[in-house]
Amino acid sequence: MKRVYVDEQWCLGCHLCEYNCAFANSGLPDMVLALKGKPIYPRIHIEGHDKITYAVSCRHCEDPICVKSCIAGAISKDGEVVKIDRSRCVSCYTCILVCPYGALTPDENGVMQKCELCLENACGEPACVKGCPNRAIIYEERGEA
Amino acid sequence: MGVDFIYPEFEVIRNESRCIACRVCERQCANEVHFFSPERGIMMSDETKCVDCQRCVSLCPTRALKIIRSDCALRENANWPDSTIKEIYRQASSGGVLLSSMGTPKAYPVYWDKIVINASQVTNPSIDPLREPMETRVTLGKKPDKIRRGEDGRIVYELPPQISLSMPILFSAMSYGSLSYNAHASLARAAEELGILYNTGEGGLHEDFYCYGPNTIVQVASGRFGVHMDYLKAGSAIEIKIGQGAKPGIGGHLPGTKIVGDISRTRMIPEGTDAISPAPHHDIYSIEDLRQLVFSLKEAINYSKPIIVKVAAVHNIAAIASGIARSGADIIAIDGIRGGTGAAPTRIRDNVGIPIELALAAVDQRLREEGIRNNVSLVIGGSVRSSTDVVKAIALGADACYIATSALLALGCHLCRTCHTGKCNWGIATQNPELVKRLNPDIGSKRLVNLMTAWRHEIMELMGGMGINSIEALRGNRLMLRGVGLTEKELEILGISHAGE
Amino acid sequence: MKKEGQIRIPSGCAIAAVISKDGKKMSGDLITQAMKPMHVRSNGLGGGFAGYGIYPEYKDFYALHMFFDDRSSRISCEAFLKEYFEIVHCERIPTRKMPQITDEPIVWRYFIAPLKSMLANLQLDEKELVSRIVMKINKEQNGTYVFSSGKNMGTFKAVGYPEDVGVFYKLEEYEGYSWTGHGRYPTNTPGWWGGAHPFTLLDYSVVHNGEISSYDANRRFIEMFGYKCTLQTDTEVITYIMDYLVRVQGLTLTEAANVVAAPFWSTIEGNPDYASRRQFTYLRTVFPSLLVTGPFSIVLGYTGGLMVLNDRLKLRSMVIAEKDDRVFIASEEAAIRTMEPNAGKLRAPKGGEPVIIQVKEGAY
Repeated sequence: MKRVYVDEQWCLGCHLCEYNCAFANSGLPDMVLALKGKPIYPRIHIEGHDKITYAVSCRHCEDPICVKSCIAGAISKDGEVVKIDRSRCVSCYTCILVCPYGALTPDENGVMQKCELCLENACGEPACVKGCPNRAIIYEERGEA
Repeated sequence: MGVDFIYPEFEVIRNESRCIACRVCERQCANEVHFFSPERGIMMSDETKCVDCQRCVSLCPTRALKIIRSDCALRENANWPDSTIKEIYRQASSGGVLLSSMGTPKAYPVYWDKIVINASQVTNPSIDPLREPMETRVTLGKKPDKIRRGEDGRIVYELPPQISLSMPILFSAMSYGSLSYNAHASLARAAEELGILYNTGEGGLHEDFYCYGPNTIVQVASGRFGVHMDYLKAGSAIEIKIGQGAKPGIGGHLPGTKIVGDISRTRMIPEGTDAISPAPHHDIYSIEDLRQLVFSLKEAINYSKPIIVKVAAVHNIAAIASGIARSGADIIAIDGIRGGTGAAPTRIRDNVGIPIELALAAVDQRLREEGIRNNVSLVIGGSVRSSTDVVKAIALGADACYIATSALLALGCHLCRTCHTGKCNWGIATQNPELVKRLNPDIGSKRLVNLMTAWRHEIMELMGGMGINSIEALRGNRLMLRGVGLTEKELEILGISHAGE
Repeated sequence: MKKEGQIRIPSGCAIAAVISKDGKKMSGDLITQAMKPMHVRSNGLGGGFAGYGIYPEYKDFYALHMFFDDRSSRISCEAFLKEYFEIVHCERIPTRKMPQITDEPIVWRYFIAPLKSMLANLQLDEKELVSRIVMKINKEQNGTYVFSSGKNMGTFKAVGYPEDVGVFYKLEEYEGYSWTGHGRYPTNTPGWWGGAHPFTLLDYSVVHNGEISSYDANRRFIEMFGYKCTLQTDTEVITYIMDYLVRVQGLTLTEAANVVAAPFWSTIEGNPDYASRRQFTYLRTVFPSLLVTGPFSIVLGYTGGLMVLNDRLKLRSMVIAEKDDRVFIASEEAAIRTMEPNAGKLRAPKGGEPVIIQVKEGAY
C-alpha cells in the first residue's frame, strides 16, 4: 500500500509537518484561524535531537497491535488504513503503551487520535508530505510487506 | 554601536495577526534573526543579522513574514550614495578589504537586453519545433583544418578530442568547498540527465562523484588543489583556470574554517589550513608557458580529452584569446565582469574586467579575422540569465554558454550575496551539515533539469521563429541580431546593425 | 537606395536547368524558353543563365565576364588584369537592344591565362590565383564586377525577366551541353545587374531559390578562408561553400551536399549502416558552420555536370525529369514540359538528397 515514509537524511526538523497536520485535521479553512494562539495536537511528531530529526506518524501496520489492544474496539482496519472511531475512545491509553512507534497521541481533550493519511479531510493527501520543503516525508508505494 | 553603528539594511515585517508562532522561521534562520519570546508569547526579530535570503519568508506557513529594505536613510547625496558611505564606515572600523559574493550588483550595461532577435516573415518560413526536428546539439573542440583521405580514397576520420552537449549550456566552475556536497551532487546528476557537463571548479572531485565523469569538467587552477592523475583522467575535459570574471587578476581564498573533513581530503590539504590560490599560475608567466601546461596536461591524459583555458574578459581579451587559440587549447572559456563568485574583494568584482557581450563579439571576430576560429570552441559566461541570453550569445559567436548563478537560483539561491559568510540558509554555499542537508539533491537536480528543459524549449521556439533548425546555423549568425539604443561604437564592436537597418 | 552588397535582400525565384549526359550540345534558346511558363516566379528584377561547353575555341582559358560602369573602369581593370594574366582575347559581349532591358552597363569578356611567373612568385595554383583576383576586383574596384570566371563556360545575367535576358544576350547563338537558368523575385529593388543569378566562382555556378536562415553563420565562417561575400546573397555564399568543400577540402559533391544539407542527428543515429553513420557524424562535426538551414533549392553547375540539392526540410519546390540523354530540372514541371513535352521519370528529390548528373567522361 501507499505509506508515508520518512527519510531522516533530509529532515530539517522545521516542524512544518506538525503544523500542516494540525491544520489539515482542524476542519477549518485558514491556518491562522485554526492554529493561532493555541497549542497544536498534530498526528505526526518530530523526534530527535541536535544531530538528527525525523517525523513519526502511524505506519499502518499490516497486523496492528493497537487494533488488538483497544479495549473499546475504537481502532480498526479500514482496508489497509488503520482508523480510529474517536467517539468510542475511552482514553484508556492502552494503544499508547503498545504502539512501538509512538504514533498515537491524545488530543486536547485526551481523546486518542492518529494519522489517517488525510484521506478524509480537506487535504485529500497527506498534508505533511505535501508541505515538506525538503521531500523528507514521502507518500508512496514501496511494495514491501 | 556608536561610530561603528550601521542601521540594519533590512526590516523583518511580521504580520502579528497571521503569525502562529510555529517557530519555523527561527529554526530555519542560520543567522539567528528570529526568536520566540516566552514572556510575550510572540516571535521577535534581531534585524541586524538579517541578510534577506528569504528562507523564512519562503517557509512561513501562514505568509506572516516579509523582508523589506529599511528606510533609515542617510541624507541623500548623488556623489556619496548610501552604500559608498557605509563601505567607508566598515573599512574605517575593520581596516580590511571589502568582501562580496555573487556577481556585481552595479548597473553595468546588460547588452543582452539591448539586442533583439529576428524572426521569419513571408520570405522564409518559420519552423514549428513541435512538428519538425529542431537540433540543439553542439560539439566542442578543435576542428581539423584539412580533410585527409587514405590510400583507398576514403576520408580518414581523425578528429581532435571533442565533447558533445545536448544543448549549448554547461554548468560553470563552482568548487566543492565553495558549494556544498549536495549542491555538487545536484549539478552532477542534472548534467548527467541532461547530457551536458558540470565543472568541478578548483576544489578537486569528491570520490562520490567520479561516477559522473563523462559529464564532468575537471579544473586545474593556480592552487592545483585536488589535482592528481585519477582526477585529470576522471572528466570529459580539463579546464585550466587562469581567471574569473568576478575577480580577474587575483586568486582565491577558502578560509581554513571551511577546510574540514571531505573538503580537506578532496583538496588534498590539511584540515584547517587556508586554501589560497595564487593570483597567477606560478608556472605561467607568459603565453608560451601556457602552451607548456596545456601540452603537459594533454600528455598526462594521452591527448584523449579537450583542454579548456578559462580567462576573465579583460581589455585586451581578443589578443589574449588569439594567443590561447594558438597555444594548443581546444576550447576557450571567457567570463565577463558580471560573472559570479563565492567570494571576491568588492572593489575588484565591481570594477575590473569588461562585459561578456563585448568580449565575446570581439574575440569571435578576431579569431575569424585571423582564420583560427576553427582552432577552438568558444564558451562564454558571466551572467547568462535566460534562454534568450543564450540565443544571443550563440548568434554573436559563442559555441556554448556557462551558467552558474542561474543554476544556483534553480537550487534555491535568493541572491542575498552573503556566500562568504558560509551560512547559506538554502544549503548551497555552506559546509555546515545542518544547512547542507536543506538541499535535497533529488529536488535540486530535478529543478536544474526543469530549468534547462524549459530553456531548451524556448531556444527551439526562437530558432524555429528564425527559420533555423540547427543550433550550428545560429552560431555567429549576427544578422539575426539587431541593437536597440546602442551607440555606433557598441554596434561596431558587437558586429550587429541597429534595429531598423 | 543601397544596392546588393551593401544590404541583404531576400528573394524568391524560378530555376530551370538541362544537361545532356552524352555531352550533346543544345542551343541556349532552350533554357530561355523554359523560363517563360514560370514568369510569375520572377518580378523583372533579375534573370540569368549559365552555359557549359560554350567556348570550345577558348576552352583552355578562363573566361571572365565583366560589368563596367564606364570606360575608365574598364581601362584600369584591364591594366590590373595584365599584371597577373595574359589576355588572349577580349571583346564586348554581343547583346540586342530591347525595351525590356535598360540601364545596361558595359559588358565584356576576357579570355585569360595566368602568367606562369606570377604563379611561381605567389606560390599559388592557377585556380587559387584566378579566384583571389576575382575576389579582389569585386571587393576593391568600384564600377567593375566579374560575374563569370570559369573555363569553357559563361554566365549571362541582367536586370529584367529571364526570358528577356536570354534574348538580350542572344543565347540562341551559344551551344552548350548543360544550361541553368534563373528568374529572380527580390523583395526590393536595387536594380543592379551583379545581383542577378547565376552566381559563379571559377567553373562553379549556382542558381538558387530560397532564403537561407544560416546566411551569416555561413558567411562569417567561409570568409575566414579568403572568400569575400561582396553581394550578401545566399547564392554567393553557397557557391563559395561548394568551392571550399570540393576544390579546397577535396570532398566529393555528395560529401559536400552532406555537409550543406546534413541529415538530422536523429536520422544519422537511425542509419543502420555503420560506415555512413560514421561519415555523416564526421562531416557534421568537422563542418558545423557550413550547414545551410532555411529553404533552398539549388542547381550547382560545374564542368561536366550538375548537382541538384534541396534544403533538408524540402521547403522549396524542385522536380527532375528525363528524356533520352537529357535530364531536366526546374522549380515547376511546366518549365520541363516547355523544354521537352515528352520528358518522363518525373520525380521530386527528397530534402537533403543530392542528385548528381554527370556527363559521360570524355564527352565534354
